[in-house]
This record gives sequence, C-alpha cells and structure tokens, in this order.
Amino acid sequence: MKSNTPAVLTGAHYWDGDFACAEGAIAVGCRFFAGYPITPSTEVAERIALRFPLIGGVFVQMEDELGSMAAILGAAWAGTKSMTVTSGPGFSLMQENIGLGAMTETPCIVVNVQRGGPSTGLPTLTGQQDMMQARWGSHGDYEIIALSPSSPQECFDLTITCFNLSEKYRVPVLLMMDECVGHMTEKVVVPALGKIKVQHRRWYRGAKEKYRPYVPAKDGVPPMVKTGDDYRFHITGLTHDQRGYPVINPACQKQCVGRLVRKIKDNADKIIILKEEETEDADVIVVSYGISYRVATKAIADARKKGVKVGSLRLITVWPFPEKRIVELAKKTKCLVMPEINQGQVYLALERCAKGMCKTKLVPHYGGWVHDPNDILKAIIEGAR
Amino acid sequence: MFHIRDRCKGKMEIKFSGFGGQGIIRMGLVLGRAASIFDNKHATLTQSFGPEARGGACSAQLIVSEQRILYPYLTQPDILVTMSQEAYDKFEHNLKEDGILLIEKDLVRPHPPRKKIRQYTVLATRIGEEMGNRIFANMVMLGFMDAVTKIVPQEALRKALPGMVPDRFIKTNLVAMEKGYELGLEKLSHSPQT
Repeated sequence: MKSNTPAVLTGAHYWDGDFACAEGAIAVGCRFFAGYPITPSTEVAERIALRFPLIGGVFVQMEDELGSMAAILGAAWAGTKSMTVTSGPGFSLMQENIGLGAMTETPCIVVNVQRGGPSTGLPTLTGQQDMMQARWGSHGDYEIIALSPSSPQECFDLTITCFNLSEKYRVPVLLMMDECVGHMTEKVVVPALGKIKVQHRRWYRGAKEKYRPYVPAKDGVPPMVKTGDDYRFHITGLTHDQRGYPVINPACQKQCVGRLVRKIKDNADKIIILKEEETEDADVIVVSYGISYRVATKAIADARKKGVKVGSLRLITVWPFPEKRIVELAKKTKCLVMPEINQGQVYLALERCAKGMCKTKLVPHYGGWVHDPNDILKAIIEGAR
Repeated sequence: MFHIRDRCKGKMEIKFSGFGGQGIIRMGLVLGRAASIFDNKHATLTQSFGPEARGGACSAQLIVSEQRILYPYLTQPDILVTMSQEAYDKFEHNLKEDGILLIEKDLVRPHPPRKKIRQYTVLATRIGEEMGNRIFANMVMLGFMDAVTKIVPQEALRKALPGMVPDRFIKTNLVAMEKGYELGLEKLSHSPQT
C-alpha cells in the first residue's frame, strides 16, 4: 500500500524527541522496522507504524526484542535500511544480536530511549544508565558507534547521522536518547529532501564470480551485496575469512576481529562529533551528553556569573570516546566535571583519558529525574579551586 | 492595559495544571506550537509523564523565550493555569510573587490571592458544556489565558490548532478559543481580582 503522503515532511513541526527520531529515520530512507513497544520509546514505534504503510515501509511488531534485533539484521541483508527502538530491558535482550551485527558487519540502527534501571526500574522516568552497556553489552571485542541527542531537533538530525555512519562503516549504530529528550517537545525543522545528506549502501559492483563478502575497501570497510541478486555468499557469527566462511584459528581471529576494531578506531576522528564552548582558557570544563548537557548549561551560566572560567565539551558521539581531545583538554585545564544520570559510566573513560593530568569530578545521579543544576555548580566551584 | 510581554522580555515560564483527561498537555502543545512555529519564538514543552498523570494531578511545563532555550525546565512559573483544586493546592505556592494565576472558577476554590499576584477566573468547563462537551474547556481556558497575558498573538494560537485536535473538531475548538479570548479581554477591562 502506498499513498501520496510524502516521506519527508519538509517544514517546521512541533514534535517530541520520539516523533522526531521516527521522522529522521523515514527521511534518511529507513523502510524496515521491527520492534516490541516499551516505554518511553513507544512513540517512535507508534509514529512509524502510522507512517510506514503510507510510504511503502514494513513495520513488524515482533514477539520480543531478541527477534526484533534479528529481524533488522535480516532486513539489512535483504537490502533495506532497518531499525529497532527500545528501552533498557529490551536493550539487554538485544545484546547478543547486536554482537552478531558487529561480527557480520550489518548496517542497522538501535534506538534506546533510556529509562532508570536496573531491570524494569523506572518505566516512565529518565536515566543514562545504559551507556556502558552500549559500549560493551555484547560479548567479545568489537567497536561500536553511539550518539546522544539533547533536543528533538537533534533526535531528527542524529537519527539521520546514525544511519549514515552505519552505512559508511557497516556497524550497528546506537542512538542513546534519554526519556527527557524523548518526551520533550520543541520545534523541529525538516529540510527539503535534496538537502538531507544520505549515505547510500556501499554496493559491490565487481564481477559476480569474484565476489568475496569480507574483502575490505581502502578504509577497512567491505562493500555489500543483497540477497536475491544472484551472489553466492555466506555470513556467520563465527570468526570468518574474506569469503565469509568459518576459520577457527588465532590468525584468522586476529585478522577478522582486528578489522572490526580498526575500521572504527582508525576512523574515529571522522566519526566523532563534539561541541565545545569556551574551553580555550577554561579552568573547569564540564563534559556532558544528552539531557545532562542542557541541565549543565544552567550550572555553567551560574558559575560564570560567579567569575569561574568554565567551558563545556558536549559529547554528541559518546562511543568511540573522544580520547585524543580529552587528553588535550586534561593537559590545559584544572578539572573536568562530568554529570551523568548514573553512578559513573562514561566518566570511567574520562578518568582513564585524563590520566591524572587534571582533577576529574563525577556528579552522579540515581535517575528518575535530571540533576539539580546546583549540584553541578558545586562541583564546578570545587574543581576551580 | 497590562502586558506581560513588556514586563518579561526574554523568557516566560508557564505551568498548565489540572487532572488527567482535561487536555492539559494539549494546551501546552498548542501554545508551544503557536509560539515556536507561528510567532518566531522558542518554546520547550516538558510534561509530567507517569502513572500519576492518569486521572490524578497532571501538569505541562512550557518555556517561551525570545532566545534559544538551553535549560529546559521551569524554575518558578510566571503564569500558572489551574483547572482543578488539587492542582491549585499543589502548585499555587510556587507561582512567582508577581505572577499571573488563571483559575477554572467552578473547579477551584482559591484562597485570597497573594499581594502582587494577578488572578483571573473563567468558567471554562461550563462554557465547554454549553458548547456540547466539557472537553472544549481547555481551549476556552487557553484563549482566555492568551487574552490576559498576550503571550502570543491570537492569530498564532488559531493557526496552531490544526493537527493538534481531530480535524472534525477544529471549528468548535476555534470557537471555544475565541470565546475564552473575548472573556479574557473583558476581564482585562475590569479589575484583575475578579
């Protein structure tokens, strides 16, 4: 079923973050969704369920999150752009197949609208407690990309970025929203179709008989084919050679997993998006992401009124972690302050990179609500001493 | 005539409150859309989202600003709309000392207003019922509120409605809004404490 409804709703809208995420996916060409509804991500699925039938997309409500993740991997190999959406409990169930996505180098998007945990925790209230799970949730060594939006507009924009990165590097990309941003409503401007940057799938165009699924291009990423196009190929979660067949030995493991890691690490500078404000001569730099960035802006403004030289570094890309930039900043500032709605997750990476070159201060929160800006302010003032 | 726009250049914090089912969040959505899409301002809406929002006290928080809104939460509202006694009891004390208080007259029995508070009452629900359904009370209140606060031009509010309510109810909602607006203008021409 297809109608005359345009896929890209060019213009200005008043949307919440969940709706904006759904529209971003549609705008960048996602046409397969498999998921299992869970608060606070349900509105993304609702919006897609409403819109997909009108624009020729496929929406499947799955039996659970294991199946959802498996289905989007399969859809990607059938040639579509695919996504799923969940929150903490569902994210846990998806981990095994996120690893399969990393191992088979399958482009797809997982959106996690985070709520407080562990377990079913706080279904309707916010948290940022899945950030380390995003990085290390599946077993084995692999690199992943995770982005964190701070506004509905960014939910739209960064969903597009996630798909583009996923196609470019052939890796599952995670959009780590938080409940506050998912349920916040603001103006979202959708550009004209031609103004939206779209990374299309990197198709293999060589001779059919010469096709090997895991022969990388110069940047370490192999081009792809899809099922039904008369290519003979094999993909597996087992360690595999360039033909895609299992080879169970240390040499192949080194080559196979080595490339999964390197294609992200070697391109980290191109992948990482940061936003820096007044870090030049700052005594204290607040490092934050998601809703915590916006909460921190109040503390930063208050600290500046008190004469403290404070800057801000926002992690739009959380994984891969901006190690290089943190090292540079740690060398020239007194203290890095990090507010997180968890007990210190991304902070561990921050502390590791600062290597004692400057003080680091965590402003933790158990979740359910955002920080009191005064708690961040206190840490800034202590850090400046 | 009192213009809140002149007093509060920059940023206004508005809290809509009542009980679940009154269309409290819808009021925030319509005003937020009016401000950000049709009045060239920034507007951020956040809402209490939880089991407590189903039938119990319910609220929506809206910031309308000339500048980009970074910190998205209210510190102390400049304007408070109360559509239930529980909401009034819960939120009134946090209204700014020179804030504007809007009250659903049949559903809230207010105590005497604090010294500098400007308090306006309207029979929003009764007007909605006269129009056929109390569900229109929220748009009566929104029109009324806009008339006394002038937070967005009336035209922006009207334009913001389509898409926010089912198409077949746009007309009636516009009438409700208009009625509220007229009552608001009327109130302004009298003393505010009525």
